[in-house]
Amino acid sequence: MTKTLNNKAWFLVLPVFAIVAFSAVLPLMTVVNYSVQDTFGNNQFFWNGIGWFQELLDPSKELGGRFFEALWRTLLFSAIILAIEIPLGILVALSMPREGWTVALCLVLMALPLLIPWNVVGTIWQVFARGDIGLLGWVVNHLGIDYNYTGDALDAWATIIVMDVWHWTSLVALLCYAGLKSIPDAYYQAARIDGASRWAVFRTIQLPKMRRVLLIAVLLRFMDSFMIYTEPFVLTGGGPGNATTFLSIDLVKLALGQFDLGKAAALSLVYNLIILAICWVFYTVMTNVDADRERVEA
Amino acid sequence: MTDTIAIGTADRKDAKTGTVAANRALAGPRVNGKAVVMTLYLVFLMLPIYWLVNMSLKTNTEITSGLTLWPRQITFDNYIRIFTDQSWYSGYINSLTYVVINTVLSISFALPAAYAFSRYRFLGDKHLFFWLLTNRMAPPAVFALPFFNLYSAIGLFDTPWAVALAHCLFNIPLAVWILEGFMSGVPREIDETAAIDGYSFPRFFVKIFMPLIASGIGVAAFFCFMFSWVELLLARTLTTVNAKPIAATMTRTISASGMDWGMLAAAGVLTIVPGALVIWFVRNYIAKGFALGRV
Amino acid sequence: MARITLDHLAHAYRPDPQGPQDYALKEINHVWSQGGAYALLGPSGCGKTTLLNIISGLVRPTRGRILFDDRDVTDLPTEARNIAQVFQFPVVYDTMTVRENLAFPLKNRGVPRERTASRVEEIARLLDLGRVLDRKASNLTADMKQKISLGRGLVRSDVSAILFDEPLTVIDPHLKWQLRSTLKEIHRALDITMIYVTHDQTEALTFADKVVVMHDGAVVQTGTPEELFERPAHTFVGHFIGSPGMNILPCRVDGATAYIGDEAVALSRAYRALPQSQRIELGIRPEFLRLQHKGAGLPVRLRRIDDIGRARIARVEMSGRPLTASVPDDITIEGDEAALAFDPHHVHIYADGHLVAGEAAGGQVR
Repeated sequence: MTKTLNNKAWFLVLPVFAIVAFSAVLPLMTVVNYSVQDTFGNNQFFWNGIGWFQELLDPSKELGGRFFEALWRTLLFSAIILAIEIPLGILVALSMPREGWTVALCLVLMALPLLIPWNVVGTIWQVFARGDIGLLGWVVNHLGIDYNYTGDALDAWATIIVMDVWHWTSLVALLCYAGLKSIPDAYYQAARIDGASRWAVFRTIQLPKMRRVLLIAVLLRFMDSFMIYTEPFVLTGGGPGNATTFLSIDLVKLALGQFDLGKAAALSLVYNLIILAICWVFYTVMTNVDADRERVEA
Repeated sequence: MTDTIAIGTADRKDAKTGTVAANRALAGPRVNGKAVVMTLYLVFLMLPIYWLVNMSLKTNTEITSGLTLWPRQITFDNYIRIFTDQSWYSGYINSLTYVVINTVLSISFALPAAYAFSRYRFLGDKHLFFWLLTNRMAPPAVFALPFFNLYSAIGLFDTPWAVALAHCLFNIPLAVWILEGFMSGVPREIDETAAIDGYSFPRFFVKIFMPLIASGIGVAAFFCFMFSWVELLLARTLTTVNAKPIAATMTRTISASGMDWGMLAAAGVLTIVPGALVIWFVRNYIAKGFALGRV
Repeated sequence: MARITLDHLAHAYRPDPQGPQDYALKEINHVWSQGGAYALLGPSGCGKTTLLNIISGLVRPTRGRILFDDRDVTDLPTEARNIAQVFQFPVVYDTMTVRENLAFPLKNRGVPRERTASRVEEIARLLDLGRVLDRKASNLTADMKQKISLGRGLVRSDVSAILFDEPLTVIDPHLKWQLRSTLKEIHRALDITMIYVTHDQTEALTFADKVVVMHDGAVVQTGTPEELFERPAHTFVGHFIGSPGMNILPCRVDGATAYIGDEAVALSRAYRALPQSQRIELGIRPEFLRLQHKGAGLPVRLRRIDDIGRARIARVEMSGRPLTASVPDDITIEGDEAALAFDPHHVHIYADGHLVAGEAAGGQVR
């Protein structure tokens, strides 16, 4: 299907362009403006050039060290999240019932965590994992494992990861389920006639057909875990120490906590650029996958 | 010789029946295996929520005095206090206000744009689309401070409009993305037929086109609602008193006399309710929305 | 290789079928003999795909048995039945090459590698897929993909039968003809039972030695294409097969004469006392109903004459009822008054839709 060339279509896009530009470009310009200045409060600003960026990208400086620590922490977190949630999500999607009232029940229950405000997610787990009044903490402690997410860095990480798995695996599962639903029955029937094993059906039919939704799932989960703020902030506040201070948390600390506007702005820009770059890679891969598919269908 | 053949055949038959039995055996536990995985997963999902509900129905004394799997003495005091205290329930009204404003804004802005993207090529369309998408991916933390300055400057600070507009940053791109997918599924002949039948563009769009993509609008509205409802960083940064969202009000439960756990849990339960209701109404469309892979 | 017997087979999708209206497939007894080329013909929703899926084992019948030769396979799963099936939409494994696709059923059954390789080459040659063997299956055209689906069935040397479920639906018209002749060649070369489901009479009649016509969940006639044309056992068959279909007229029969209104039509056979309670109809194909000048037969009103290439077809009207008839080459009619001449040997009498045999002039029952 070739679309007609029509530059008047810009008039239809203009409102969106205007409102998003107002929301995105204007603030970003403020950020750029801050990033090249220094302030000692009282709304007095001094030109600082690329000083903040130099400091930020130099691991030996205080700001740079802090930035790279938070960056690695965030990347590690995203990697762990993907490694758990993607396979688990696929498994859950494959375990969805085929028909009947249980389908609707599973869908509703699975979607529930997605609709809970993020700070409430933090609160739920804050309570649930406490050793004194939380079921999880109490059970784990009574199993003889010394567990305290506010004191021990490893426990804090484990809790945040389990919380994120709880919060977001359903998104992966629902995406995969939708991908699986779009496979015509004839494929499964043909596979049965060909004598394919369960594993062969998964490898040769289900996985290839889920390729696109999986790509989107990976993209969304990577982005959202890379930007995670509210849930760990509520749960651990970035601690113990700085053990769970992810990039977003660090950024908000800098900007709204210490009012280090210049540093925060420089960090924001670098942060944004990283995300933009990753986003672009995914977008390119995705359009290629789409183009591949269209060529096949044509 | 005849005997041998007969035995041979019998053997083969047995072998076949054996395969069938083996297949059955394989099929049996597999169905169970699925159910086990699903049940375990759902239990994992429900446990923390159950615990929250459980706590919300207890008194603070019971919560702090020891672990009980269900309330020994059910109390609705926590809920009653939330519904009678104006500063509590106004949090709900504030949240719902900006969520609804945002959903309406996002959908009405996104509709024409999505139409343009699905029907026409125009100068810079691909770059524009990508740029819109990057805003869905932009970390709210980056925008918190500039938004604070921006909305203070134009006098919208601490109003639902500030939050609603701020959430447009990620919800409009999302809505455009979802709607574009649905619109591309509508054959272009419909547009042409309507034009030949003498419909003006706005009339065609409202009378014919929108009903055709009604389910798409529903799905997009659902996701706008969802992401606006769950976001808190921007919502809290842009409000102080008058437009404070419910989720932020929850911090009030930390008082001088320690945590009011029961209240916290009750408020948490109440923030889950609108989401649960929305899911229940759109449960049949969820899979469809996800099927487009555009969330 | 096998003879397939359907023994009192019936199927309902509802778990608790009450009356016959609940059955998607009404009771069927039928034998598909080894090596035959069959077509299962009927309009959409007549139960033909259900029947096919029962044979392949994808659906378990509510009642009755299926026998392959003398072995009862009713409870055997698809993979134990040695059946191949080609679906309406081509099914290929996207990530594999054509070669891997063809080898897939053998690989799953643990056939040795060398044997697989030679078998794949053989089938590829037969289907003319040799050129594309090492290409990705996902980038091929629909007819190529359909050939691959077919090849995956043929590659197994033990298949009892190949079932086709409207396999040419998504194929371009000019390739349809080609693929159909490929099928015929393969049928001749390999001596495999083939059952071909379609709603297109041309496909059915050109492909099959024997056509099974289904209507409303039941088999209404089984026969060669000639039999279906010459002696439709049911008014549905007469109407569904042939273009245009058979003319069906309500009538009254007395011995060897039928009365349409007040006009008498001579019959080649005599019919004794047809029950009053049944609907009696006369059926004649337009090919045997010739248009004549006014007065030379049953008076009709001529509406128009269509030239369909090999013949001319007259659209006429008799007391408000539309009929079709053939137009002899040497006739031209002025105005709209004309008549129809019946060929008595091709006039059939139906009671409640079913063909009534009648007695030949000599008195012996046909």
